[in-house]
Amino acid sequence: MKKSTLIISMLLAGAFGVAQAGEDHSAKVEKMVSVSFKTGEGQDHSRLVQDETQKVCSVTRNNPSDKQAAAINERERATIKYPDDNKLMGDWKNGEKLVKGGFGMRIGTIEPDKKDKQKGGNGGNCYACHALDPKEVAAGNIGPSLTGFGALRGASDDIVKYTYDKLYNAQATVACSSMPRMGHNGILTATQVADITAYLVSPESPLNKK
Amino acid sequence: MKRNLPLMSATTFALAFASSFATGEASVEEYRAMLADKDANPGFLVIDQGEILFKTPRGPRNVSLEKCDFGLGPGKLKGAYAQLPRYFKDTKRVQDLESRLLTCMVSLQGFDEAEIKKKTFADQRYNETNTEIEMLAAYVGYQSNGMKIEPPLKHPAEKEALKVGEAYFWNRHGPMDFSCATCHAEDGKRVRLQGLVNVYNKKDIQATMTAWPTYRVSHGVVRNMQHRMWDCHWQMRTPDIDFGSPASTALISFLTHQAKGGTYDLPGMKR
Repeated sequence: MKKSTLIISMLLAGAFGVAQAGEDHSAKVEKMVSVSFKTGEGQDHSRLVQDETQKVCSVTRNNPSDKQAAAINERERATIKYPDDNKLMGDWKNGEKLVKGGFGMRIGTIEPDKKDKQKGGNGGNCYACHALDPKEVAAGNIGPSLTGFGALRGASDDIVKYTYDKLYNAQATVACSSMPRMGHNGILTATQVADITAYLVSPESPLNKK
Repeated sequence: MKRNLPLMSATTFALAFASSFATGEASVEEYRAMLADKDANPGFLVIDQGEILFKTPRGPRNVSLEKCDFGLGPGKLKGAYAQLPRYFKDTKRVQDLESRLLTCMVSLQGFDEAEIKKKTFADQRYNETNTEIEMLAAYVGYQSNGMKIEPPLKHPAEKEALKVGEAYFWNRHGPMDFSCATCHAEDGKRVRLQGLVNVYNKKDIQATMTAWPTYRVSHGVVRNMQHRMWDCHWQMRTPDIDFGSPASTALISFLTHQAKGGTYDLPGMKR
């Protein structure tokens, strides 16, 4: 009995590919979204249009098949851009400011972020999800702790590039990662990504001090 | 300067919590105990204001809302909120408490929908008092205090709202690539120090849904679920989700069904 149940559920999983996610309601969701947001000035509806990666991650509830995951990794890897001077280790002190900053990108007419209040561009808002400097206790836990990131990994060219790439586009390595594609989506510039890379990797950074 | 108030209050709050952490979890518990003190809930004042508004003849037609049908028949408020969202024949759609209130204000009292929608939420940055529709939602919601969450699931449109609402819960969009599930599908998650409800944990989602409408200490007003949906979308960096829209209502349908069987404990009080 148990065996047959297992076989049936395996067959079903195979047939639908996205067993956990169930039926595909994406067309209905898309139609619903198109009539559910305010229109007019300050309402950027292009943000509601999903790219292919967002579509796959939505329908599979962040559990893409191996094939889908590989396609996402490949597509997202191709988006990674580097600073003009190609220096992936930027200024860790500026990186420190960026990881704390939570302003930027909020739109609409009710409570939009004001650009003139944001010196140095958008923040990375990293503490929302990650622990970084051990002195900052108000850290979220949606992402892993990054305290001692460089102390654990060193600062080789490979680690620097890995870190930069991860920040620029997390889905180049982990398909359907919860982390925003900070560089690719235009939240942070390439130079800002390099600054945060330095903050994570540099032995000087408070994040790597005991 | 006023612009920065929400960030400042959030930071102040985080700092307050941070020092609590330093002295131990006990003081956080104390804070929570204070929030749970029903007699100290300023939301009761808003509920009273809502009751007066509800019963006062208003609008171009100069009638009260006492004939409004929240699903159990015109004027029947007791337990009505506990059975929302539901399908309404007259509007031919699934409606929650707030969108139904809007319908009645327009169809019974003759208010202009667009005009009400221009200002559905009090702005906490300017210490505003609750908007009328916020007061009304607090009052009508309170009429289901102590009752079990039991939204109907008979009409095809109700089933559809639940299904599509859940699918939308997983919908990733915007520059942050977020969906609701990014924050609300696992136990024990936090943004900064703010605990996040796991919608797939029955106890967790019941504790949340049974406390709304809720007095938000950091806003100084009673908020409703439509505001919570807007707030999350704002943080997700989407455009403003529309008050009572199909998407926000479908999401609320999904959340309410997840919390089915929980007992309303109103008004709630939250950070």
